[in-house]
Amino acid sequence: MLFEARNVAGEPGSGVRYHPVSLQLEAGEILTIYGQSGIGKSQFLRALADLTPHTGDVLLEGISQTKIRPEHWRKQVGYVPAESGWWADVVAQHFSEPPPKAWLSSLSLPPELLDASVERLSTGERQRLALLRALVLHPKVLLLDEPTANLDQRNAQKLIELVKTYAQTEQAAVIWVSHDADERALLGNRSLEIRAETTHQAHHS
Amino acid sequence: MNIESLSAIDLGLAALLVVALGVVQFLMGLGLQRSLVIGTVRMTLQLLLVGLVLKALFASANLAWIGLMALVMLALAGYEVSARQKRPIKGWRGYLIGLLSMGVTAAIITLLALIVIISPQPWYTPQYAIPLLGMILGNTMTGIGLALNHLTQTAWANRSRIEARLLLGQTATQAMADLRTEALRAGLIPTLNMLAAAGLISLPGMMTGQILAGAPPMEAVRYQILIMLLITAATGFGSLLAVHLGARRLFDDRQRLRLERLGQRS
Repeated sequence: MLFEARNVAGEPGSGVRYHPVSLQLEAGEILTIYGQSGIGKSQFLRALADLTPHTGDVLLEGISQTKIRPEHWRKQVGYVPAESGWWADVVAQHFSEPPPKAWLSSLSLPPELLDASVERLSTGERQRLALLRALVLHPKVLLLDEPTANLDQRNAQKLIELVKTYAQTEQAAVIWVSHDADERALLGNRSLEIRAETTHQAHHS
Repeated sequence: MNIESLSAIDLGLAALLVVALGVVQFLMGLGLQRSLVIGTVRMTLQLLLVGLVLKALFASANLAWIGLMALVMLALAGYEVSARQKRPIKGWRGYLIGLLSMGVTAAIITLLALIVIISPQPWYTPQYAIPLLGMILGNTMTGIGLALNHLTQTAWANRSRIEARLLLGQTATQAMADLRTEALRAGLIPTLNMLAAAGLISLPGMMTGQILAGAPPMEAVRYQILIMLLITAATGFGSLLAVHLGARRLFDDRQRLRLERLGQRS
């Protein structure tokens, strides 16, 4: 088992209320997540990345989150939020190493974009670059929060292909929040609904 | 040489100037008379009270009383620091961070100045100890207040940036590096301005006071230079400590940004 969540839920009193979630992912597997707006899908991903206090336990290769230093955990469990934060002026400053040319071209991003100022990026460019800056760390688990929300269909398709390839070649697990049933179908057959009161176990559609 | 004594009538004449200002404001419809009256009366009472306390303190020159006075000054300064925060760290910790960083640096630097540099006999002679501590506290209070305020406000406004850095495997220290530097800069700006303006734009209060009291100008200048150096060191080290403690409080043991630990003051 590569990645496992056991009864993960928001901390009592934090106002985050989704039914406790348990899930298991093998290497190379992709799981899509859906659920009503505001139910706590992003909060669930934040808990998996250990960015927010939560109950339950999360395990990577059988080792509990609490046993791994937080900065190491987050490098291995890469979370790309719906809205990406950029702290420096130039795009390249946010990358620990330059992304492979193939990744850039597969997302139709020109290499010059790395030297551009962050301010000049479009929302869609930010979203794709945020994915790439997480991928260059080679995470074993990838948590994506609606990564195609600001992309046209063609670019969304390309991003899906890139993530699928990454999962296969690196034997990484992917959890992908998506509102779009067609997109979920493209990503494979494992899907999980985050609910307010009762969770559905992962089912095959 | 002795200072010219001021009578109550002399002060009354000066007060007439403020009364005149109040009348003009009233005629112009500015509506500030109330604050003006309250501020003036409050200032007079506070200073008279301090005068009485100092008089008693100087007469006794007792280390315990001087220590108590120092603690009261420190507690008030600590309160001022937390009262000036727009997004204060909640609970007793917020007060304690300001108090501790100010107390530790002000105490060390005041003691150093009294024992090693000025060395009056005894070292705690209140005529030296109390004004010295007052000047150091007054300035570190401003610096630490500004630095902490800047730290918490920028952290609040930059959640997604800080979290983006955490998500890419940076530690809390790395993720906060820029904001810490900016906060320290914000805390030191008044001190840097003070250093630049000293003597040219403003004649510092203590030097002016000593000259009025009949001290030779060069002696007064040397004292003023000493005070400015002490203030600069105290503000700088105090802000460093406050920003360090404040930034730590913004994160938990799993290096998660915990902005809910900040309150809001309207």
